[in-house]
Amino acid sequence: MSETVKNFLYLNRRAPYGTIYAWESLEVVLIGAAFDQDVSLAFVDDGVYQLTKGQNTAEIGMKNFSPTYAALGDYEVKKIYVEQESLDERGLSLDDLQHLVWEDEDEDYAEKDSIKVVSRAEMAAIMDASDVVFSF
Amino acid sequence: MKFAIQINEGPYQHQASDSAYFFTKAALEKGHEVFRVFFYHDGVDNSTRLTTPPQDDRNVVERWAELAEQHDLDMVVCVAAAQRRGVVDEGEAKRNGKDATNIHPRFRISGLGQLVEAAIQSDRLVVFGD
Amino acid sequence: MSTLHTVNKSPFEKTSLDACLNHLGSGANLLLIEDGIYAALKGTAVEERVKTALDSVKVYVLGPDLKARGFSEERVIEGISVVDYAGFVDLAAENDKVQAWL
Repeated sequence: MSETVKNFLYLNRRAPYGTIYAWESLEVVLIGAAFDQDVSLAFVDDGVYQLTKGQNTAEIGMKNFSPTYAALGDYEVKKIYVEQESLDERGLSLDDLQHLVWEDEDEDYAEKDSIKVVSRAEMAAIMDASDVVFSF
Repeated sequence: MKFAIQINEGPYQHQASDSAYFFTKAALEKGHEVFRVFFYHDGVDNSTRLTTPPQDDRNVVERWAELAEQHDLDMVVCVAAAQRRGVVDEGEAKRNGKDATNIHPRFRISGLGQLVEAAIQSDRLVVFGD
Repeated sequence: MSTLHTVNKSPFEKTSLDACLNHLGSGANLLLIEDGIYAALKGTAVEERVKTALDSVKVYVLGPDLKARGFSEERVIEGISVVDYAGFVDLAAENDKVQAWL
């Protein structure tokens, strides 16, 4: 779609459902996938809550959009960074989060993990290396 | 320098739209280009022509419209966010069976691709929100 | 890659300032705008945290937002530079990108 390839970082720092930012930021990621940029998603602070397993929104009457994270692999969005310290502060572990994968067509469609838990320092380096940061 | 501006909040409720306006104005005055101003989330509410703010305070919508007019700014409102919040132009009214429109003529409704494109084509993306 | 980080919320309302300070790379610049300006003032509970940041990053505060909230430049922590919107634009242009901590 374009010749310029930039390192895009979508910065997610908010919990889902209490506000719309989590869902509407995901909509940008999905549309953005068609633009062939080098995409990374960062989940920091309350953003880590977006990825929890077992979300059931029936009783709050909202659409459960968490399955969309599982579809990210199909959109070639495979660099999903989750901050360790943010998980620790919230008493969460990788086990509390959805298991997100992508299929590597170069390796016979082998399933690989999309989520990489990184330290705060590593997250800072990832942010530093990006060309454009979307904040919601 | 080419700037892309993203505004995440509606007029008056948050200062985001005001800050974005003064940043955009200053950038233009310095001779920079503002590739696009993209309104997302409640930011779409900056595009209604129906506000009647008090006389002794700023008119956020008109202020944007005047700046856009002066500098031929591309002011884009996200279609999905607009539909959710009831910001409607002629096309949307026809498509979705609405009996009215409320968008200010200086703004246009379009897809999120416009935000992504702006981020690719511009040198700097500046986000104003809450 | 030098980044201009912006923080627009008060450090007493949100953790955005803290989150930002925890992720600053070398050569980073921080601009406090809107309610974020309160972090630039002397005598607050976050003064020491901000002063420590000053050892490694340049910190700026948006003058118009200070004035709006009733604070003069004298109340600003030594070492923090006051800029106007034109200065904000310059900072955005001089750095490689802008990152908003909302």
